[in-house]
This record gives sequence, structure tokens and C-alpha cells, in this order.
Amino acid sequence: MTENGFKSGGKLEKILAAGKFAVTAELGPPKSADTSVIATKAAILADCTDAVNITDNQTAVVRVSSIVSSHLTYEAGCEPVMQLTCRDRNRLAMQADILGMNALGIHNLLCLTGDHQSFGNHPQAKGVFDLDAINLIKMVKDMRDDKIFQCGDEMPVGPAVYIGCAENPFGDPFEFRALRLKKKIIAGADFVQTQCIFNVPKFKKWMEMVRAEGLHQEIKIMAGITPIKGAGMARYMQKFVPGIDVPQDIVDRMAGVEKGPASQAEGKKIAVEMIKEFAEIEGVAGVHIMAIEWEPAVPEIVEAAGLMPRPAVA
Amino acid sequence: MITAERKPFEEILSLVEGQKKILVAGCDTCVAICLTGGEKEAEILASELRLKAQQDGREVEVTHTSAIRQCEWEYLDMIAKQVEEADVVLSMACGIGIQSMAEKYAPKLVMPAVDTNMLGMPQEHAVWLERCAACGHCGIGLTGGVCPIVRCSKSLLNGPCGGSHAGLCEVRRDNEDIECAWALIYERLKAQGREELMLEVRGPKDWSKSSSGGPRKMVREEAKPV
Repeated sequence: MTENGFKSGGKLEKILAAGKFAVTAELGPPKSADTSVIATKAAILADCTDAVNITDNQTAVVRVSSIVSSHLTYEAGCEPVMQLTCRDRNRLAMQADILGMNALGIHNLLCLTGDHQSFGNHPQAKGVFDLDAINLIKMVKDMRDDKIFQCGDEMPVGPAVYIGCAENPFGDPFEFRALRLKKKIIAGADFVQTQCIFNVPKFKKWMEMVRAEGLHQEIKIMAGITPIKGAGMARYMQKFVPGIDVPQDIVDRMAGVEKGPASQAEGKKIAVEMIKEFAEIEGVAGVHIMAIEWEPAVPEIVEAAGLMPRPAVA
Repeated sequence: MITAERKPFEEILSLVEGQKKILVAGCDTCVAICLTGGEKEAEILASELRLKAQQDGREVEVTHTSAIRQCEWEYLDMIAKQVEEADVVLSMACGIGIQSMAEKYAPKLVMPAVDTNMLGMPQEHAVWLERCAACGHCGIGLTGGVCPIVRCSKSLLNGPCGGSHAGLCEVRRDNEDIECAWALIYERLKAQGREELMLEVRGPKDWSKSSSGGPRKMVREEAKPV
């Protein structure tokens, strides 16, 4: 806890705490030692977002580490949300990074189990999974609030962390999905960013279940959005990406326009429509835009959704 | 039971390359039941090795035998003479049996002819499914008798990840679907009227009881001879 009563003192926490509709985006670190691209992407996202998620070897493909990329993003003028998966690190390595993150300008942490290593470019790797995401959340909360390590040892100064988690409203068993979010709240999560949403009616149904449990009053819910570039991408996600539910009408709508600038414009238009729709749902506190290797689309989408300029915080 | 699969023939050949007297040693327990390394399979492998040597014009003597259990000293005593006469023993037992053989007859060359793969259950004839990780602390009393450590691809303790879909895991192994362990747990607990167990936050697993704590040893003091 910081001196002013905030958990992290970061911009994202303050905006969500003030009840303002928050916007985060995703920045994928490069698959090379050329880290200059991080600042380039951060510059695109700086003015149109409140914070930027830095992925952690996303889809189990090796990239520049999330802690280094988060620091470079901070240096480039964006508030980072460092993603941390249980797939690649045990509890010692995770706590070591959590202790050091504040010193690098990082105050938001998204606690993830992680995509299975079989999906990535090192399928022969040993998956760690020492903890699951729920136990990671609990560990961070105990470090922050009680100044204790997972083993119970005490520390004189705990990290100031705004604790995030992910949830997939489209996973099965569907009726357990809101309850799983409840478990994450019990473990200590402050905010949640959902899997990217295409099936809006099903998301609304999930939000009904969330509200029925009163969870929207206990956690800040950010709805996940991925702008689609074309019909091919929509079909690919529909068929091959685990945990993503792309209804046929989205595919048909993308297939109805010519591939290229027209389909990209349509994809952005769908994203804007969704943001406006989500903003009307009780309990949705913001949006998280995951424009996969398409960061330049984000400022246009945020602008068109009427969410510019982003609020300033003290 | 412990299950194992025979190694590819080329790999077996490379392990006994240059050896003149080869003893193929089967084991009549787990690997016999999973049709991989019993006396019959030992006899077949010995025949294959003889045939291959004949085709290549090499002079090699290949015999076979089998122990009731290669993992116990007493049963290894029963094949002592054959082992001593061989240049190399090609063991078809599980990893435990192979090591028992190697330890008892050290420094005799003992080579593995099989890959031990799991603690599995025969689902139907000739099909085995992994069921136990021998993790050292069994928690399936709280998960409807389904083990999430070995049956969930991520060993999750607190419910299904976002990749669970229609009862299946997001991971496929050898191009085949895997059941989502947490979908099974959820259904089983519901059938037992104990689905509230899904809401409990289970703390981190103590991996020191598994192989992370170093090689394990079990002593039953009360059963030791006085």
C-alpha cells in the first residue's frame, strides 16, 4: 500500500478508482534483441491509453522478457502492465521479479497461468506451473499487504502492486466462469482483463452472472477487444485459437468487404461498436485492446469510440 | 501399473553395437501386462536382433530370459548365470527394473530396450491412460477422484483455465484430444452434490514431496525385520 492509500499509486489504478472508463492496450515485445521497437510501439500507444500490457512470451513464443520490456515501455512514457505467467517461472523467480518491478517503474502486474508450451516455438520445453494463476495472485497480495513471501518469511518493504488477472468468459464449463473470477477476487485480484470478445450476447450473459454474484463491485472489469484485419484472421481465430469464440456473423461481415484497407476499416469499425456497447453494460469499467502486431489501429479506435483525450491523474 | 514402450529398433541396435553376446531380459510384471517387455516380447526382440545380425553378416549370440520382477534382488538372482555370460543385457523392464539389474550386476553393461512412460490404467485392451504422477501427496479426495496434477496439462489446482472447451483441453497430444481434467472434476463433484468444493481456493502444491525434493526414499520401520 502506498502512502496515499492506493495499492500501487499508478495511473491505471487511479483512473479505475475514480470510476472513469479505462483504456489499456497490448504491446508484444520483439522476437529479437532489437529492443528499439518497444519505444516505437509505446509512442503509438502513449496518448490513447492509460496503461499498456507487456506480454510474457505470449503464445509460448520467446520474446524480450516482460520485465525488461515493461521498463523500456515506462522509459518511453507509458505506464506498463507487466504480464507474468506461471508457465516459465517457479515461485522463486516470480517473487524475485515482483520485488524488483517497482524499482523499474512497474506497478501493475497481470497474473496469468500462461498458454501451454506445446503451442509455442519450444514445444519440447518443460512447463513449470509451480503455481497456478490464482496462487500467483494470492502470493502477490500477501507480499503487498502482509509483507510476507509465499513461504511465510517476512520482508521489511513489500512491493506496491495493482494486481490484475485474466478471465475467459467463453471457456467451459460456462456456468463456472463467473465463479472462477470470484476465486481470483478472493485470492486478491484488483482488476481483470477478459479474453477478447466477439460473441457479445455470451459476454453479456457472463456479466449477468458476474453481477448476480456482486463481483463487479469487488473488481474492475475491463472487456477485451481484438480488432480483426480481415476475414482470414476471423476464420483462423474461429477455428484454431483455443478459448476464443468468433460467431459466424462476424466472419460473414468481414468476408463482405474487400481484403486490405476496406477490411481493416471494417475490423476497426466492429471494435468501436463493441467498445460503445461494452461501455453501456453495468459493471464494465474499461476496455483492453489487443491489436496483435497492429498497434497503429489503437489510437484510431480509441478516438472513434469517443474516448479521447485520456483523463489526466494527479 | 507402470507402462513402457519398446524403443525404435534402430536405437536398440545402436545401444548394443559391437557386442557379441547379448542377453535380452524381459520382466513378467508391469511391462508384460502392457505387452511391451514380458518373456514373449523378449523372445521376439532376440529373434529380430539375430535376424538383423545374420542379414548384416555379423556373428552375434543373442539369447533371452525373463525375471518375475526385475526390480527385486531375489528374482534377479534367478537369472544370474545368463547375465554373467552376456557382454550386454538389453533389459525390457521399466526404468526401475533396468536400474536394479544394472546395480546388482555392476559393472555389467545394461541397456534399456524400452522407454518407461507413465503410471497408467488400461482403458481398453491395448490402450493405457496416465493416471498418477506419484507426486507424493494425493489430493483427489477433494477433486472427485480425478487427479489434476497429472490429467490437467498445466497441473492447475483451482479450476479449468480459459482453454477448456466442450470438455476438452486446449492441448492435444499426438494429434489426439485430451479430456479437460477440470471439466471432469466439475461434473463428478456435481454428481456427488459437492460442487461447492470448486469454490475453495487451494494453496500452492508442496512439490518437495515429489521429485523436486530430490530422490525419494520410503522406510516402513514397523515392517523391518527385527
